Amino acid sequence: MSANKTIGAVAVIGGGIAGVQSALDLGDMGFKVYLIEKAPAIGGIMAMLDKTFPTNDCSMCILSPKLVDCSRHQNIEILTLAEMKGVEGEAGNFTVKVHQKARFIDIDICTSCGDCEAVCPIKLPSEFEQGLVMRKAAYKYYAQAIPNAYLIDKEGVPGYRGCIDCDACTKACKAGAIDHSQKARDIELNVGAVILALGTHPFDPSIKKEFGYGRFKNVITSLEFERILSASGPFEGEILRPGDMEHPKKIAWVQCVGSRDRNIDQEFCSSMCCMYTAKEAVIAKEHESDIEPTVFFIDVRSFGKDFDRYIERAKTEHGIRYVRSRISEIYEKDCGDLQLRYEDMEGDLHEETYDMVVLSIGLCMTKDRSKILSDLGLEVNDFGFAYSHQKDPVALVRPGIFMAGSFMEPQAIPESVMQASAASAQVASLLKDSKGSLVEPRPEYPERDVSSEEARIGVFLCHCGINIGSKVDIPSVVEYTKGLDNVVYATENLYTCSEDTQKKLVDIIQEEKLNRVIVAACTPRTHEPHFKKSLAEAGLNPHLLEMTNIREHCSWVHSDGALATEKAKELVSMTVAKSRLLEPIPALKIDVDQTAMVIGGGVAGMTAALSLADQGFKTLLVEREARLGGALNSIHYTVEGIEVQELLKDLSSRAEEHENIDLHIRSNVSNITGYVGNYTVNIMKDGKESEHTIGAIIVASGIKEHIPTSHGYGKDERIVTQLRIEDELSETSSLTEGETFVFIQCVESREGLRNYCSRTCCMGALKNALKIKELNPRAEVYIIYRDLMTYGFWERYYKQAREKGVVFMQYDIDRKPDVEIGEKLTVKVWEPMLQEEIEISADHLVLSTGMDPADGNPELAKQLKVPLNQDGYFLEAHVKLKPVDFSTRGVFLAGSCHAPKFIGESIYQAQAAAARAATILSSPTLEAEPNIAVVDVDMCSGCRTCISLCPYNAIESVTEVIEGVEVTHADINEGLCQGCGTCVAACPSGAIHQRGFRDDQILAMIKALGACSLGGGS
Amino acid sequence: MSEEFEPKIVGFLCNWCSYAGADLAGTSRIQYPANIRVIRVMCSGAVDSVYVNRALIEGADAILIGGCHLGDCHYLNGNYKARRKMVLLKNILETLGMEPERIWVKWISASEGQKFADTVKEMVEETKRLGPNPFAKRWNV
Repeated sequence: MSANKTIGAVAVIGGGIAGVQSALDLGDMGFKVYLIEKAPAIGGIMAMLDKTFPTNDCSMCILSPKLVDCSRHQNIEILTLAEMKGVEGEAGNFTVKVHQKARFIDIDICTSCGDCEAVCPIKLPSEFEQGLVMRKAAYKYYAQAIPNAYLIDKEGVPGYRGCIDCDACTKACKAGAIDHSQKARDIELNVGAVILALGTHPFDPSIKKEFGYGRFKNVITSLEFERILSASGPFEGEILRPGDMEHPKKIAWVQCVGSRDRNIDQEFCSSMCCMYTAKEAVIAKEHESDIEPTVFFIDVRSFGKDFDRYIERAKTEHGIRYVRSRISEIYEKDCGDLQLRYEDMEGDLHEETYDMVVLSIGLCMTKDRSKILSDLGLEVNDFGFAYSHQKDPVALVRPGIFMAGSFMEPQAIPESVMQASAASAQVASLLKDSKGSLVEPRPEYPERDVSSEEARIGVFLCHCGINIGSKVDIPSVVEYTKGLDNVVYATENLYTCSEDTQKKLVDIIQEEKLNRVIVAACTPRTHEPHFKKSLAEAGLNPHLLEMTNIREHCSWVHSDGALATEKAKELVSMTVAKSRLLEPIPALKIDVDQTAMVIGGGVAGMTAALSLADQGFKTLLVEREARLGGALNSIHYTVEGIEVQELLKDLSSRAEEHENIDLHIRSNVSNITGYVGNYTVNIMKDGKESEHTIGAIIVASGIKEHIPTSHGYGKDERIVTQLRIEDELSETSSLTEGETFVFIQCVESREGLRNYCSRTCCMGALKNALKIKELNPRAEVYIIYRDLMTYGFWERYYKQAREKGVVFMQYDIDRKPDVEIGEKLTVKVWEPMLQEEIEISADHLVLSTGMDPADGNPELAKQLKVPLNQDGYFLEAHVKLKPVDFSTRGVFLAGSCHAPKFIGESIYQAQAAAARAATILSSPTLEAEPNIAVVDVDMCSGCRTCISLCPYNAIESVTEVIEGVEVTHADINEGLCQGCGTCVAACPSGAIHQRGFRDDQILAMIKALGACSLGGGS
Repeated sequence: MSEEFEPKIVGFLCNWCSYAGADLAGTSRIQYPANIRVIRVMCSGAVDSVYVNRALIEGADAILIGGCHLGDCHYLNGNYKARRKMVLLKNILETLGMEPERIWVKWISASEGQKFADTVKEMVEETKRLGPNPFAKRWNV
């Protein structure tokens, strides 16, 4: 092998959501991926969560399809019970040493029936269930585990022994999957790059003695509470306290346990606890409305997109009580109730009694992860995490090794997903020459011809844990379904989307010779592709699937079980009627123009364009202004010392010189037509228009600072915004002693119409405060804030500022600071400890006003047919798992057009968008929209009505000779048709049909509905 | 009549906005009456007048056509076409003696779960006021 040849394979270490996302991106791009997970199954912490904020999506419901995709992906190999032991070699050609423990059960043979578990006599606390219940030594990691197989624990856990080799399981296993002689093995993987996505560890609160965790049974961790809430958890979703299995009524959450705590050397903020606390409190209340949740907090760090509105709903709609305080001690009463002692903001001491206390634990670095960092020769930061630079956040000091997820910094799911995709983009650039070299083409499943068969319908009804089953009486719907014509099979599943059920579905299709399949479960908008894949595997055309939504449209919105059950029956009956008439739809391939366009030349736009260009894709970069850089042009320095103007110069000169980048400055995108893989865009420059064809689009339109009208802004030049003071400070070499600066945070932000946090302004104030202190340590600086949003590692600068003497004063929204303009500026702030208003005499007043979306967003959104949220920022396809995708295929977003964010965050999000775009651009063809309209030439009168109505100009009139007769008819271009169905509804001859939504299919649904309920009117 | 009249509503919702809005009502657990049955279509512009007529004949007391907001149509302008078609259909139905108020055309975006739930609530109330569809199962077509 020549020295410069790279290996087209990647080792992803850690199978949590970050590792899974990296594996899927890289697999889709054409790399061989080894996904290495220490636990017996992939999924990480996200698999343990009940719901996710701020949408309250069921965590398993959104994660499970990704896990299944991983296990089904032909380019991904999952190694569980496996640990990385070392990495040798260099970027492009590494040898990764992996130690894999014995499972004692053959994954390929195990049917996951659970017979081994039933006979196993050994019990140990379940790790997945946080020790709330016991598991056996022969066990499955969790119900929806991927790989979906059991294992035997021979090691045991501290205090509990493992397998005693009684061999009962061997006798019980009918499949013969158990092999007690299996040995651990050491593997060497030859890869071109490594992604570290090992996650972090939940903080163990037992060292915080004052909270009594471990001593008091009814003090639990937030992760334990997630399991309690979960329908598949230890108490099946019933809220019980572990001490006596009673229903707790008063529940307290204590925030910042193991975070922002100097005493235990955990000084960083864990970023996601404020939000999951609100979520847990809200969900608890939804489970049982008489629960009274109280949250004890220091700051509510609702810094993310739509977080403030979530917190507000938690307070106002759900009645969650928030108490700003510090807990000094918790002690247990005889009955198991807990007494909380705390100090409020006025300095008063209180005592309150609760039935249960949930400790909102943070995340921490562990010894084994620290050892990995030192073994690999990687630098660590002041908190013991891997050192990361804002200029390239996912890169590590050792080339070819990248990182993602909470291994990098404690954080929530979307950030992890973005970093995972960013790492994929970095890998794709590094290994661009060996892409596709180690993978096999996608398997094509032979399709059974069902055209001459009578409909044999199989119906799979989903309980979705208790999400559907608690309202809809599923067994009675199954019975009802069995009585419908053509239904030859009907069954119920706990989770229809889980891997074992999917396998069963494939088997049943084949055994029962089904030729139509119905899944009655959640919305088809998320899981339909997943079920379609299973049909294909079973040899059925995937479009013989129909879904009906008995969750979002039924069990979740109708609390009356009888009505919900009746509705579910009718929905199933309607779907059966449509299903009888379904027909196979042939797969269409469309060509992909393997070039990209990035709109916006700020830090995100330039980074995205450079990443795509480095991966080998031709990229158009369009910037409205004469200068690249966007918001970077108005930033001089950052708190961690990035020379922003250097960064800008570096990025812009690389963008200008890159052979794969076609740069258009002073240009606007004036017209966008086409579809994924085949967009035509017009770029307008100096009144001249040029036309370009591209395959994918990334929107990076940026942001601007909000200009305030309150607090005397505009009336006095000493009152300025954050960006303005930065300008002034960057030009100042010294300050007069005793000069006083006051910063007011959240000005016209986090309230009213602008009810969102701009994420960056608290750090902006801290940055400038530290700068002032650097210029003159004797200058007086006050920061008047509502909640200090120094999440994650930013917390270190909060500490620095306090140490340097910056004065922090907290205010509540109903007591905003007042400003009086005189010889000095007088700022009046309510001081809760003193219970009086104090006056600060200031020379400078700085208003942190937050950010507004770019002016051009509505126009751009209209052109691209993508949505904006109510604040005017672009709305991604899924808040958690598709943070850079739009629901329109082929269009992606990056940077602060998504929501306000820091430079480093914009950079990794841009790289993520580039990776997602590359998954489309990597192949010269894509599968086309299946639900297109087709013309029945015999019926078409050639009237041309449809032609003028088609929004995509996909129809034209053609004249041809058919069997000796000249016929003029409409002809639909399969690549252009997007399947809206407008022409179908308009055709006066009924000559056009929409695949998957034929007239006869819709009318059959209506008729079925008429038969079952509309019947007699009233 | 001892039992209160419970109207039957058929909703034709476009895949991209209104169906997603109804999904959001679900994920947000916003409760609304169980009187509606939803049929998913790709675009409100694809709702054929025949579908509406058929549903009325089969006994629906009210029909909802839900699309993206005007200007936001995923397929550029299908919702304008839906609006045009439904205005025409309402006129025809009125001529035949049916209250045009039974046909509702609403623009509900993917982020308007509350609006979807409110629309269903409002439809149920209004239709209760109108009473049962007088032509249900009485048309001889």
